[in-house]
Amino acid sequence: MNVPKELRYTESHEWIREDGDGSVTIGITDHAQSALGDLVYVELPKAGRKVAVGEACAVVESVKAASDVYAPMAGEIVAGNDALAGRPEAVNENAYEAWLFKLRPSDAGAIATFLDAAAYERVIAEA
Amino acid sequence: MQKITPLHAVHRQAGARMVDFGGFHMPVHYGSQVDEHHAVRRDAGMFDVSHMRIVDLHGSAANAPRAFLRHALANNVDKLSVPGKALYSCLLREDAGVLDDLIVYFLREDFFRLVVNAATADDDIAWLSTLAAERAPGLRIAPRTDLAMIAVQGPNARDKVWRAIPESAAATSALKPFNAVTVATGFGELFIARTGYTGEDGFELVVPAQEAEAAWRALEAQGIAPCGLGARDTLRLEAGMNLYGQDMDRFVNPLESGLAWTVDLVAERDFVGKAALVAAKPERQLVGVVLQDAGGVLRAHQRIHTGQGEGEMTSGTFSPTMKRSIGLARVPIGVRIGDVVHVEVRDRRLAARVVKPPFVRQGKVLVD
Repeated sequence: MNVPKELRYTESHEWIREDGDGSVTIGITDHAQSALGDLVYVELPKAGRKVAVGEACAVVESVKAASDVYAPMAGEIVAGNDALAGRPEAVNENAYEAWLFKLRPSDAGAIATFLDAAAYERVIAEA
Repeated sequence: MQKITPLHAVHRQAGARMVDFGGFHMPVHYGSQVDEHHAVRRDAGMFDVSHMRIVDLHGSAANAPRAFLRHALANNVDKLSVPGKALYSCLLREDAGVLDDLIVYFLREDFFRLVVNAATADDDIAWLSTLAAERAPGLRIAPRTDLAMIAVQGPNARDKVWRAIPESAAATSALKPFNAVTVATGFGELFIARTGYTGEDGFELVVPAQEAEAAWRALEAQGIAPCGLGARDTLRLEAGMNLYGQDMDRFVNPLESGLAWTVDLVAERDFVGKAALVAAKPERQLVGVVLQDAGGVLRAHQRIHTGQGEGEMTSGTFSPTMKRSIGLARVPIGVRIGDVVHVEVRDRRLAARVVKPPFVRQGKVLVD
């Protein structure tokens, strides 16, 4: 499984990338897309929505199952990746390019508390 | 203890994602469930269906399998007059709840073959043994765990099987749908049936377990794509075929499960469940639904609101052929084909249209 070194991860299989402008980009990991199988539907949050930590704010559905995607930190949604609506399979093709949403966290330092690549690799090895 | 089929090592080696199904560790896909689905609709794919149980019935004279099955099955085995002919039937309880659905083959008057579902096989055998103890104590009920089964399906399936197993060509080129023959081949004696669970043409090959891997490799060498249970489910749903445990079970009768066509009430024949069926007044029906609104995917157990009352999705998926979400649903009897109903998908109610299955057969979309 592909686990890029520069990203942070959650135990619920989201990846987090620092954008450098105070916002973060969030998607699901390669492990998550592989476990879900071919994606056929995504539902993304709208810009401006305030989300709490752990709030379900996106849905990815594969041929076999639906899965919630959670906000890893509190903040405000900056954008959803609307290009995915017509092409949800882009997440299967490259889970780290096909981001789901961007979030401006209320506590920018929170990102350091998430799993690094090595820690996330241990999570999926145990799964 | 999870069971495995004779092809388990082949699936692992191919990198298949494995799941539990009916107590067996089975491939759900080998990479992409959707690609496997399209392979079957457009070319040829194959499934390891060795988890399904083959049960042979042997008996003569006073213990004849035909007389026994005439009583045990809801469909009438007297429709089977030519050796090799197959029939789809429900196995019912006295209250007409569906214990299983199966295919029965008439091979000889002293030899019939059943193919039943994996999860229900042990219960089926116990049920049949109890019935046989009363009505045909000399009947031999023989589960064939020495056999594997490979379903090869798709518009090019038969051609590719003939290339992989040349000895099969002469014996099966004129074989009609829902018929089977036994053929001596390089993979031992094969039982080849022109049956399947995908809505496409093809064969189900019953192979000696020790030859299963060699047969699988020979089929793969002809470009037949290995396909998992994921594609099998989307294909059968597009074909409008019920899945036992989802679209029907022991708590509903065939009349409320879209299976009235498989129940023969016409003949002067008593069978297990007949009295309950004759007395039954169906209040629900199984229909097809096509999602009209964007906003999710139809799934089993979603609630449905109709002008005639509430219903429930029994199966649902995203149809790779139609590129829309489809499903089967149990709804009040007054709901008509063409009606728009509303399905609870997460926190929304999405519009869906009621249709008559199948959705897709032989590569063609049949509903709009």
